[in-house]
Amino acid sequence: MKAVVVDYHMGNLFSVRQACEQVGFESVISSKKEDVDHADAIILPGVGAFGVAMEHLKKNDLVDVLKRNIEQKKPFLGVCLGFQLLMDRSTEFGEYEGLGVFRGSVKKFPARVRKIPHVGWNTLRVNEGNASCSRVFKDIGYDEYYYFVHSYYVDTREDVLTTTDYEGFSFCSAIAKDHIWGLQFHPEKSARQGLKLYENFFQYVKGINR
Amino acid sequence: MKNIRVIPRIDIKGPNLVKGIHLEGLRVLGKPEDFARYYYEHGADELIYMDIVASLYGRNSLRDIIEKTAREIFIPFTVGGGIRTLEDIRAILRAGADKVSVNTAAIKDANMIREAARKFGSSTIVISIEAIKEPDGRYLAYTDCGREHTGIEIVAWAKKVEDLGAGEIFLTSVDKDGTGEGYDIELIRRVSETVSIPVIAYGGAGNCEDIVNVIKDGKADAVSMSSVLHYGVIGNKALDESSFQSEGNITYLKSGKVFSKIEPHTIESIKNSLKASGIMCRH
Repeated sequence: MKAVVVDYHMGNLFSVRQACEQVGFESVISSKKEDVDHADAIILPGVGAFGVAMEHLKKNDLVDVLKRNIEQKKPFLGVCLGFQLLMDRSTEFGEYEGLGVFRGSVKKFPARVRKIPHVGWNTLRVNEGNASCSRVFKDIGYDEYYYFVHSYYVDTREDVLTTTDYEGFSFCSAIAKDHIWGLQFHPEKSARQGLKLYENFFQYVKGINR
Repeated sequence: MKNIRVIPRIDIKGPNLVKGIHLEGLRVLGKPEDFARYYYEHGADELIYMDIVASLYGRNSLRDIIEKTAREIFIPFTVGGGIRTLEDIRAILRAGADKVSVNTAAIKDANMIREAARKFGSSTIVISIEAIKEPDGRYLAYTDCGREHTGIEIVAWAKKVEDLGAGEIFLTSVDKDGTGEGYDIELIRRVSETVSIPVIAYGGAGNCEDIVNVIKDGKADAVSMSSVLHYGVIGNKALDESSFQSEGNITYLKSGKVFSKIEPHTIESIKNSLKASGIMCRH
């Protein structure tokens, strides 16, 4: 199975690729449209600012390509900023439009949260009512820890897979709908259970390409 | 909720893991990547590599260590020491590190913090602050492993690096480093209560009680330590002989002597103490 790790100059892609290879993907780091079109799965990673990220995607002509591939039901994994970009819009340093795959917005943590960014390990409250739940968390306990680093969070009611509590503030930490998985945390930095999530994504991609 | 991170710090000189006192007087303990893998497998939340000599001569071996670590270890790791330019940051992130830690270059040109945060994202920029307490009670910033005086007052500097876009502060008490006398609680608390970015406390951990205290009284968001863990690895003979380099000053290791104030510990024993004190952490 071939995965394209979309390179739009937002952060360290090395570890994402490392995780892909570890679980069996053939992977390529690329910003080329053809590579996105030809891959069996798309992984959109990224750290940094939402507006800058959208600009880079536009500059590389990737916005329509990503949207089209998502519409055509190609498996898609968004991580951190790559998850946030799936939303309608963001209010990070101004108003920006996202890929608009889900209705929701990206917002800064409220002022009552004392330490921002939210950096470190945290747990998930899993919504077992989400149809993708057993697929994403296959053979993973619900009480595992994952590594987060972000100052903005996704505010949405659609297709929430997990929520997480930080300093008493609860936010959506993962979304899943059919072939689209979005994770606020970094599975490639979340030790064994993080790699297991990548493996579950790999198995899903393999399953639908059989 | 907030989980406190436990972050082993690994000081590097050339290809070796070293440890000193007051950031000086180095002893060679072994191969950094072997210690890193061991800590990863035993529950470390992150790792920090500090290239404490940072000579041009040593930079290739640092890159090898980063690349090897990034292939084997699936937790975040930070690399610091000798970073002078945005290009240095780019090279270290490209080799596979998740964050960089900058001290001297930030003090020489504070604007570098803003540019680096804009270019690579705040969350990748950790500002390292090395503090020495003056006789009048003020804490001043030092560079070059506590050797160069800057005259800059710590709390004001911490606030400034936050305003410029730093994602975290790695705060070292040079006075306490390697002594096992406990963290400088007052230093850590002053900074942590001033800024609204996470503060990682370092320098002086001799036992689990010290670590609990710097979290409870010092308000540290994360704790970093080296000797207590390294001596734990050596004492438990957790790594085989080949990890201990023949080069350098290792005879004292074989003698089994450690500093009397430093109790050897494992990440697990540290986390058990945190939990027993009601401090949340990943376990």
